[in-house]
Amino acid sequence: MSLEEMYRAVILDHYRSPRNREPVERPDATAEGSNPLCGDEVTIAVQLDGDTLSAISVQGQGCSISQASASMMSQAVLGKTEKEIAEMTETFKKMMGVIETEEVVVDEDRPGATLGDLEALQGVRKFPVRIKCADLAWTTLEEALGQ
Amino acid sequence: MIDWDAVRADFPILSREMNGYPLAYLDSAATSQKPRAVLDAIIEFYTTTNANVHRGAYALADEATQAYEAARSTVARFVGAQTDEIVFTRGATSAFNTVAYGWALRNLREDDRILLTIMEHHANIVPWQLISDLTGCDIEFVGLTPDGRLDMEDFYHLLDDDVKLVGASMASNVLGTINPIEEIAEAAHGVGALVIADGAQAVPHTRVNVYETGVDWLCFSGHKMLGPTGIGALWGRPELLESMEPAEGGGEMITDVRLDGATWAAVPHKFEAGTPPFAQAVGLGAAVEYLEAIGMDNIEARERELTEYALKQMANVDGLTVHGPPTAEKRVGAISFTLADIHPHDLATILDQRGVAIRAGHHCARPLARSLDVPATARASLYLYNRESDIDALIEALADAKELFSVA
Repeated sequence: MSLEEMYRAVILDHYRSPRNREPVERPDATAEGSNPLCGDEVTIAVQLDGDTLSAISVQGQGCSISQASASMMSQAVLGKTEKEIAEMTETFKKMMGVIETEEVVVDEDRPGATLGDLEALQGVRKFPVRIKCADLAWTTLEEALGQ
Repeated sequence: MIDWDAVRADFPILSREMNGYPLAYLDSAATSQKPRAVLDAIIEFYTTTNANVHRGAYALADEATQAYEAARSTVARFVGAQTDEIVFTRGATSAFNTVAYGWALRNLREDDRILLTIMEHHANIVPWQLISDLTGCDIEFVGLTPDGRLDMEDFYHLLDDDVKLVGASMASNVLGTINPIEEIAEAAHGVGALVIADGAQAVPHTRVNVYETGVDWLCFSGHKMLGPTGIGALWGRPELLESMEPAEGGGEMITDVRLDGATWAAVPHKFEAGTPPFAQAVGLGAAVEYLEAIGMDNIEARERELTEYALKQMANVDGLTVHGPPTAEKRVGAISFTLADIHPHDLATILDQRGVAIRAGHHCARPLARSLDVPATARASLYLYNRESDIDALIEALADAKELFSVA
């Protein structure tokens, strides 16, 4: 996996044009996450309709990996149930090696089949100091939904 | 004439490759690399002379003590001080804390003010915030001019009789700016304030004479000047060191301990509680001797040459902004920059692929980052072992980054 692949177009696209930046009106839960060592910051606000995530906003600043991951995540979890989001979070963390697993998470022959665009972040695994950048939004969302 | 290639060859780590490229180490403001002479001195000490200092009545312990005290004399000579005016600490940070708890806590009260500069490292901010919490004293910050220098007009505006302590870096670890410390000290003394200077980025790179600076305390660290980690120094005016209380208590800093109290050892030992980092002190002594053999004037001139070269090459990179003085005048070789909308952490990762090691972040100076209105910067910092080709590697790697991020 080369650097070019890590910064492939999809990550840059989400970095430059982050999705779901509009504030959520009357959020049911919010959480702030940061990596104090590098200064990445993400604030997530969600609205729930029953157990379905009906609206999400992502704000923050930081490197392309942290902000693109947050943007892609916001698209992926919108409209999903809390259970589905928990499963997706686990799959993502397995893909990034944050949760250790023997499972092969991403099917090389069917790119995008498991996690969609988020699979573009898989290359970050090769740069261990950057994994926490990719993971920040997910951990912050977990915190918001845990409230 | 100094053979700078031979100097570089004294640093074994610089022959490493990173990601298939020669290591271009541009992070000396964070920590410097070590020459063979320092590594050898540490190994030699542990191999032949190791015993606890100022304790044992046997010959080996005496040799160790002499080596430790010889290192103190060497460090003192290097900054133009007397031997007993040098307190060995764990680093610059603990030197600041020694003054914070040994002097400020006992001398400052509500209505007093500490004046700092916005470009201070957290080591010269947070100890004073802790003292402010304990004493109720205020803290104010002197701002910057648009070209990244200290705003002396603001300094004079904020300096009044309530100011009891002024804290200023001699050189900024982020901007590279060399501050007019002599002028600051003179003006501060004019209102009855004392001055503590952060020499962490100045002592390794320029000739410093504590008495010429006019300050009252100077803090610096060993690992940024070719020495090992875990050792630094506090210099203080002898009458101040005499009047200060120890910030830490323990073994080795007493003359007597009774059940109802203790009396302190003489300066500087009263500030050196516990077993001191004596092997590290010996390493620092060797580092100072290495720097002296080359000559601080030569080192300063070489670094100015490299800084000029770096600033010139960086000025040719479209989209690159240098945060700090744009010329090598009154400046050290810590150069902070941003490149278009590429986040500094992305830059650091991309540059690493070409063996170029730079720092990215707020450089332990968040108030400064906020005042520059950037969340983070990239920083390339130079030392005597760098060469023009390290800077060329940086410039080439910056082109890679622009291509990856599709920046024109």
